[in-house]
Amino acid sequence: MGNTILEAKNINKEFHDPITVQVLTDINFSVNKGDFVAITGKSGCGKSTLLYILSTMDTDYTGELHIDGEAMGNKKEAELARVRNEKIGFVFQFHYLLNEFSVIENVMLPGLKLNKFNRQEVEHRAMERLKMLDIGHLALKNANQVSGGEKQRVAIARALINDPFIIMGDEPTGNLDKKNSELVFDIFKRLAEEFNQTLLIVTHDQSFAQRTHRIIQMEDGKIIA
Amino acid sequence: MNLSLIISIAKSLLLARWKQTLVAAIGVTFSITMFITLLSFMTGLNDLLDGLILNRTPHVRLYNDIKPSEHQPINMDTAYSGGHNFIQSIKSGNSRQEIYNSATIMRTLNNDTRVAGYAPKIITQVFFNDGSIDISGVVNGIDVEAETRLFHFADYIIAGNAADISRQANSIVLGKGLADKLLVNIGDVVQVTTAKGELFPLKVVGYFQSGLQELDKVQSYASIATVQKLMGKPGNFITDIQIKLTNLEIAPPVAKEYASLFNVDAEDIQTANSQFETGSSIRTLISYAVGITLLIVAGFGIYNILNMMIYEKMDSIAILKATGFSGRDVKRIFIVIAISIGFFGGLVGLLFGFGLSYGIDQIPFNTASLPTIKTYPINYNPMFYVIGSSFSLITTYMAGWFPSRKASKVDPVVIIRGK
Ligand SMILES: Nc1ncnc2c1ncn2[C@@H]1O[C@H](COP(=O)(O)OP(=O)(O)OP(=O)(O)O)[C@@H](O)[C@H]1O
Ligand SMILES: [Mg+2]
Repeated sequence: MGNTILEAKNINKEFHDPITVQVLTDINFSVNKGDFVAITGKSGCGKSTLLYILSTMDTDYTGELHIDGEAMGNKKEAELARVRNEKIGFVFQFHYLLNEFSVIENVMLPGLKLNKFNRQEVEHRAMERLKMLDIGHLALKNANQVSGGEKQRVAIARALINDPFIIMGDEPTGNLDKKNSELVFDIFKRLAEEFNQTLLIVTHDQSFAQRTHRIIQMEDGKIIA
Repeated sequence: MNLSLIISIAKSLLLARWKQTLVAAIGVTFSITMFITLLSFMTGLNDLLDGLILNRTPHVRLYNDIKPSEHQPINMDTAYSGGHNFIQSIKSGNSRQEIYNSATIMRTLNNDTRVAGYAPKIITQVFFNDGSIDISGVVNGIDVEAETRLFHFADYIIAGNAADISRQANSIVLGKGLADKLLVNIGDVVQVTTAKGELFPLKVVGYFQSGLQELDKVQSYASIATVQKLMGKPGNFITDIQIKLTNLEIAPPVAKEYASLFNVDAEDIQTANSQFETGSSIRTLISYAVGITLLIVAGFGIYNILNMMIYEKMDSIAILKATGFSGRDVKRIFIVIAISIGFFGGLVGLLFGFGLSYGIDQIPFNTASLPTIKTYPINYNPMFYVIGSSFSLITTYMAGWFPSRKASKVDPVVIIRGK
């Protein structure tokens, strides 16, 4: 089990507003290094909720979460931020880029925050990743001057900047047209197969899910397959 | 930690909303400008009013008061020392106003390092005769050189020459108000009747204007020798010794010490002029209160703009947090934004404040009662600039603190889910 990247044990989650609803019930699963996993299920079954917990942003749950063998349960806010910075890369449905910054600066920010490499090195790494995703020519553009599909690729480059253990995505293709969805999927597939990158992607898109290595099927807050 | 990153993010957020930022900074600039100008002007005015009195007031004055003897004969008689002695209808003794041993006292003062200088003086009441009217007045016999050096006497001579009273025998400088009453010009002779009833002619060589009209209506100045002659007293007769100390604060203990050492009355400046201190400190207090109120108002401006900025930047905050920035980092970013508004706004405010007070300093200000003043008085105390800049930093920090805390508490899940 040395190569388990992420492990969820008995995760339960309730919302109390306006009435108490159990959204996640007894979630148990683990992700190994190099896995390319899709989480699917009907709308409202709790996929996003689960992903927010796994990404350490939501701490209001019961059960255990281990990332890279470390328990997340009793870590402080700043320590969890550090885990997200170093070990997790994010891609959301809506391409959250900072409009005050250029494309390359957006990619660099988590790298600068990590402070493992100096500014030149971070810039070099960011450029490498942009080029790998065929958007090197956009580097100096402002973040709000690029198209939706391009933004999503910038977001992927940003997720990759610190060589994370795992990339998580919440419907990363949900807001894209067919062509761009394909493009993004191909990037994920390439990352998994060429670079042995671990990926955990929530998706509605059945054809997308079918082509991953493993599908986790959810229904009413439970994993059914 | 990684402060330069925090600062560069803060800078980008600031520049993205540079118009609002500018408005907030202008608020700070305005209040600091007013704070500096107000205090410089008010304090300048205070100094002027205080100087009116304090410059001319000795730190310690030695004199002999006419009063009943403290040692009544009956108390010295051993036969009555056992009980309480009730004495009625005490009269002041025939004690003289003269300071005894003045030469010895002055020699001692010469050797006292706490003494910056002293000026001997004779004060005597006279009548100025103007036709059939007698106007009561005071003649001060002074050492012009010492009086000018220590108490700026020459500054208040508005016509004629101060030094003339020591150069010309039987000459006098009249208070402007007194000269107006007597209708005399420079070069005229006034008749003076002494307390003993002798008539004495004195030549007017100048006018004196102190700025205090009541004083100018009765005061006049002549040399010590002239006044001694007027009074028929010998060359060592003086009634006052005015002492200026190197440090004004030690005046009360020094006065006490001299009183017992020389066996004279000694009055210190703090006792003589306590009311002026109160006036200036209240004016200063009001200026500070107004200045600080302005800053607090500017602080609310910054608070508003930061709040608005945080509301607009919710998405950015969420993404920063999702990609690994902690609540503390986010808080710092917004604190840096607030402080830089305070810093740059305040800096420009200091410059404008200096400029504005310099401008006021150039405006002519002539008034009959203040002959030495030509423009509005300004005090360029660097302390105002220190206080102004620290207050601008402190208020902006406080104004930034609550919004920053709010930003640090933004839950990225709520924002990301809400999209
Ligand atoms: N803040 C909240 N308070 C109360 N209930 C919530 C809250 N957030 C989500 N829920 C509920 O939790 C359930 C799971 O929501 P979640 O967003 O995880 O679903 P999902 O599987 O991601 O759906 P979709 O595919 O539409 O994105 C839903 O029924 C939703 O109404
Ligand atoms: Mg969802």
